[in-house]
Amino acid sequence: MSTAPPDADELGRQVGEFLAAHDPSATEPLEFLRARFDAGLAWVHYPEGLGGLGAPRHLQPAVDRAFAEAGAPTNHPERNGIGLGMAAPTILAFGTEEQKRRFLRPLWTGEELWCQLFSEPGAGSDLAALATRAVRDGDAWTVDGQKVWTSMAHEARWAILVTRTDPGVPKHRGMTYFVCDMTAPGVEVRPLRQITGEAEFNEVFLTGVRIPDAHRLGEVGQGWQVSTTTLMNERVAIGGNAAPREGGMIGVVAALWRDRPELRTPGLHDALLRAWVETEAARLTGERLRQQLAAGRPGPEGSGAKLAFAKLNQEVSGLELEMLGEDGLRYDDWTMRRPTEVDFTRRSPGYRYLRAKGNSIEGGTSEILRNIIAERVLGLPGEIRVDKDVAWKDLPK
Amino acid sequence: MSDLLYSEIETDLRAGVRGLLDDKAPWTSVLAGVEKDAPYDAELWRAVAGQLGCAGLPVPEDLGGAGATWRETAVVMEELGRSAAPVPFLTSAVVATAALLAAGERELLAELAAGERIAVLAVPFSTPPGGAAATVRAADEALTGEVTSVADGMAADVLLVPASGGLYAVDAADARRTAVTSLDMTRRLADVAFSGAPARRVAGDLDAVRAALLTGAAMLASEQLGLAERCLDDTVAYVKTRYQFGRPVGSYQGLKHRLADLWTSITQARAVARHAASCVAAGDGDAPIAVAVAQAHCSAVALKAAEECVQMHGGIGFTWEHPAHLYLKRAKADSIALGTADHHRAALAELVDLPPA
Repeated sequence: MSTAPPDADELGRQVGEFLAAHDPSATEPLEFLRARFDAGLAWVHYPEGLGGLGAPRHLQPAVDRAFAEAGAPTNHPERNGIGLGMAAPTILAFGTEEQKRRFLRPLWTGEELWCQLFSEPGAGSDLAALATRAVRDGDAWTVDGQKVWTSMAHEARWAILVTRTDPGVPKHRGMTYFVCDMTAPGVEVRPLRQITGEAEFNEVFLTGVRIPDAHRLGEVGQGWQVSTTTLMNERVAIGGNAAPREGGMIGVVAALWRDRPELRTPGLHDALLRAWVETEAARLTGERLRQQLAAGRPGPEGSGAKLAFAKLNQEVSGLELEMLGEDGLRYDDWTMRRPTEVDFTRRSPGYRYLRAKGNSIEGGTSEILRNIIAERVLGLPGEIRVDKDVAWKDLPK
Repeated sequence: MSDLLYSEIETDLRAGVRGLLDDKAPWTSVLAGVEKDAPYDAELWRAVAGQLGCAGLPVPEDLGGAGATWRETAVVMEELGRSAAPVPFLTSAVVATAALLAAGERELLAELAAGERIAVLAVPFSTPPGGAAATVRAADEALTGEVTSVADGMAADVLLVPASGGLYAVDAADARRTAVTSLDMTRRLADVAFSGAPARRVAGDLDAVRAALLTGAAMLASEQLGLAERCLDDTVAYVKTRYQFGRPVGSYQGLKHRLADLWTSITQARAVARHAASCVAAGDGDAPIAVAVAQAHCSAVALKAAEECVQMHGGIGFTWEHPAHLYLKRAKADSIALGTADHHRAALAELVDLPPA
């Protein structure tokens, strides 16, 4: 069946029909989610049969809103950010028909969670330097190596994995991308305790892990191009709803200022007002980006948004601790725990301060983001690359 | 939420204004102009105000205006900021026009909208929207007193003077005006003195003055945005072509990262300036907050952009013959005009209930 893609009105009608046929309060959540996927109302811009209807991407927020307002069960996107945000678009772009049909539905419903085996101890910002080896062995590959900063590895059923399959060519050309079964023999997940005391991330050791060739994503040697798709999707703006004024961290600090007059000093007042203005500027910039996306005119402003967010979150969380004075000396809990999502609001100011330090490192460091803006937006010359035409095996390590 | 994008009409308007400024106000002629005694570029003003009809953008059509809004006016401000154009647009077509609109004064307003006369609000250019200290007294339709550092004071045909709790119009010929050597040579100041100058009352209170300063501060944010964009564009173009140590200096991370940060700040300046313009255009109750945010943010961004422009141009950026100093002087003056960033943050403290220590 190939009809014209639905518009906003048509989608609204289909959501209404779906909700009439599947009463959210009377339908088992997983059954509801599977049916929503099958109706093409999961991610409307995906193709028919793969959770979508081939509709324009910007119509998704309205569909999500309609389901939320009807009290529909959610697929808990906060637990499967890697799967929904990175694995799914990559599988859609590079997967075989069989891979798409196998992986996308349980990914979207949350039955199978995903993690990302990208970074390594020796390959962070320079991802293409990675050393995890995959060696062809008949219909399968044997993988050996170590990955790091893997959130959700202890919960995930599947991972997207980048490996080195040809050390004899320059680093960007010898990589291959796989879907890795996290329950396979040889996959070992170890919690990695962090600055906050908890283990939000993991180290993953891969020892003789067998991956069938059918779980390769893209061609052999095409791993860098596939990874680039993944990473670009990581930075796609969420879109969604407009944030309220004084939302997020600044709201916490503003409330503290109002509630505790004894903590006020002129210097803190100035710092608070500066942060308030910067937060409002960041919020309005996000809103402008949202309006651009809604108008079908995405701009490059998203690249600056993460940079600004990281700086602000660090400033404001530091300000909060200072404002608290004596109480700022205390911490809530150093117990090593393994959370499945980051929650800034339910922890102590000390935790917020420490966790915010990760904002300028995770998902692309602020330094790399500045390079991206300088080179791709402003068109400035690229960094001098000493590793460009050198085989990976000959690079200094 | 206000519309933060540019409409098609605004994009066309921008192209028209930019084309005219490229033609009639390239930086070489702006630079040449600062050496002259003329307080502003009269030919350029006739083109902007008359030929393009920009002076009356927010004025209703039945008063001779274009019947547009402060949003479109803000786009013109961006372009004038880009070229540091020496025309009394902010002072006459924005602040004085906003005062007359608020006061309901029709005849003078129509003349300003048509670009036939220039009026300026006689307050120090540093006055924040909160209001000015009254330094002029009104008695029997005559004014006495002095006002210092009035922007475009020498360009004005008419002075709008806050005095004794009201607003008065005075023919500039009836005031004693002294040109001031100004930091910003593209928007010059004058000291103005009145000794029994005949005056006509246009408002019985100072509400119109406050509204005019608020609108002026909103529009100034767009001028600062345009200036910052120009500084970034010029600097990026320069560091791509200037070679040192065998590579373009723009390939060094030390400069690239600063330019990336500047670009990020400018994207934010665009959002807050658009928001402020939309809020004053709509008469939104949140306009004072939006304007304070815009001024607190954009003043710093424009100044940073101009300072980086000077620095990253190296020696040439420090010379008189390069336009960087025109932008720096305009940016520094703009950061004081209509209230410093600190003034606006203090205003915010009250508006959003974050009281001082």
